[in-house]
Amino acid sequence: MAGAGFRPCGDFKQDYASDTRIFDTAASRWWCVAGVVLLCLLPIVSEYGGIDLKYELSLLIQVGYLGIAALGLNILVGFTGQISIGHAAFFGFGAFASPFLNNNFGIPVFFSIPLAGLMATAAGMLFGIPAARLKGLYLAIATLAAQFILQDFFGRADWFSGGTHGAPASPFSIFGFAFDTDATFFYVVLAYVVLLYLGAANLMRTRDGRALVAVRDHYLSAEMMGINLTKYRTMSFGISSFYAGIGGALYGHYLGFVSVEGFTILFSIQFLGMIIIGGLGSIMGSLMGTAFMVLLPEVMDGLTGALAGTPLDRALGLKDNLSYLREIAVGVTIILFLVFEPDGLAHRWRQIKAYWKLYPFSY
Amino acid sequence: MGERTATPQEPLLTVEDVSLAFGGVRALTDVGFAVERGELFAIIGPNGAGKTSMLNCISGRYRPQKGRIRFQGRDITHLSPNDRANIGIGRTFQNLALFGHMSVLDNIMVGRHHLLRNNVVTGALYWLGGARREELAHRREVEEIIDFLEIQHVRKATAGTLSYGLRKRVELARAVALKPDLILLDEPMAGMNLEEKEDMARFIVDLNEEWGMTVVMIEHDMGVVMDISHRVMVLDFGRRIALGLPAEVMAHPQVRRAYLGVTDDEAAPAAETAQ
Repeated sequence: MAGAGFRPCGDFKQDYASDTRIFDTAASRWWCVAGVVLLCLLPIVSEYGGIDLKYELSLLIQVGYLGIAALGLNILVGFTGQISIGHAAFFGFGAFASPFLNNNFGIPVFFSIPLAGLMATAAGMLFGIPAARLKGLYLAIATLAAQFILQDFFGRADWFSGGTHGAPASPFSIFGFAFDTDATFFYVVLAYVVLLYLGAANLMRTRDGRALVAVRDHYLSAEMMGINLTKYRTMSFGISSFYAGIGGALYGHYLGFVSVEGFTILFSIQFLGMIIIGGLGSIMGSLMGTAFMVLLPEVMDGLTGALAGTPLDRALGLKDNLSYLREIAVGVTIILFLVFEPDGLAHRWRQIKAYWKLYPFSY
Repeated sequence: MGERTATPQEPLLTVEDVSLAFGGVRALTDVGFAVERGELFAIIGPNGAGKTSMLNCISGRYRPQKGRIRFQGRDITHLSPNDRANIGIGRTFQNLALFGHMSVLDNIMVGRHHLLRNNVVTGALYWLGGARREELAHRREVEEIIDFLEIQHVRKATAGTLSYGLRKRVELARAVALKPDLILLDEPMAGMNLEEKEDMARFIVDLNEEWGMTVVMIEHDMGVVMDISHRVMVLDFGRRIALGLPAEVMAHPQVRRAYLGVTDDEAAPAAETAQ
């Protein structure tokens, strides 16, 4: 993504096709493929290898569906330069829409997940209409309206969400085989993550992705270049909600039950935290930021566990205040990132790569 | 409209009695002119004379309160700015308006926006919907423009990190990528050194003569204007005070007084008539 990367000496591009690849070097591509293959092995190891990885798998599934939604928000905020503090509402919309289609119309979950994504797209574009005219704080407030309207809708629309009772969600299944355990559902989420991240990477190297970034960087000259601002601003909301809807639908079918309480504004802010920590305007950064936000509480858990019984623990009561510590840690991390690494983990990662490429020389 | 030359076909661009006011400030008053196909037309005038306002009216940023603008025989006065790119009007800005965080290449590829057909779905599928083939074909053409403007060495650089002269050139490249029939250049040489100015002047002449683009240019450097433009229009306080061949305009007494400056012995009778 970031212009001239660090390429091995003598690695020259000889045609435009190889110059427009998602991965700049063959090595980075193969590392990524290897990573996916390794992840594919995890559930097998967990089931048959004798090492119990159930908890780790559930964390990875969380990173997956949240990462998809975070990528959507990053397309809206990082790439198009809009703002939304109603992302959790669209996530929730997808989470309800997929079981709704499945339970009421008998559409198999395999199809209801993408359909839920499309329904979320429609909702997102509807609430994105103000974005054609509003910017910055004003737009933030307009999306706040989306957050509250949808939240209220979930609570009241018994036909859609089951109201306060919530909605049951059947497990994902293909040809009668149900992906109802962590080990199996993991593959579903992994497939969606790979597909949707590739889709976003492709989008960003083609016409409409460039148009979105152009709208962010200089909307006046984007307009002179023939880009219809209204269309692309609204479309950005649509794409972002599509990702949120898919993420939400996966979440719903993973848990097997969707209740109205989860999709609050706090959750929306957490999505913003993920992309800020990961790196605004970076595709892989969205995943890194999500992983960071999901794993941070685990690290805090481990930390307080390790400190248990020590004088520090007794003095501060770490164990009792664990839940507060998590929230504080998230808040502190966001502030630290904003101050010291505003370009997020993705940028830090590039710098680490550059450092090792040149090591031990500084130039 | 007396200066319109007697060609049988209609001019590429016709501006008819355009007036534009911001509240009480009259930026343009009844300005009219016509630009023939293949012409290199310059607009000059003191600061605040309404040159950029005129260009903004043509490119659609501003909508004049009065008058009409016709392009290729079509009334475009009320056309939105993004539609004007589609019908063949490109422009550069006086204050740099590149997409700062994109690479130079992507900046220029944005110029191809209206020529590309892939959309969000085919773009995301890339390998399947033909987007890849299309993108690569246009990349090929963009490289032609990069070659022409001699910015090969920075094609992967982030636009916001370039020097001023290079950014101006990238902006020109982006406007050229639109494949416009009419290209509007707002002070393409402002803030450049002599060498950069000479380069830019050569690019503009080449665009006009080899690429066949009609150019409307605002420029303060009178040397350049006199050398390369075919006809010149002079604006002062939002009014057209002269229009004609460069040499005629240079000799025009009102222009000398308003813009070019006059020597002391010339100024004395001019000052008398003014009072």
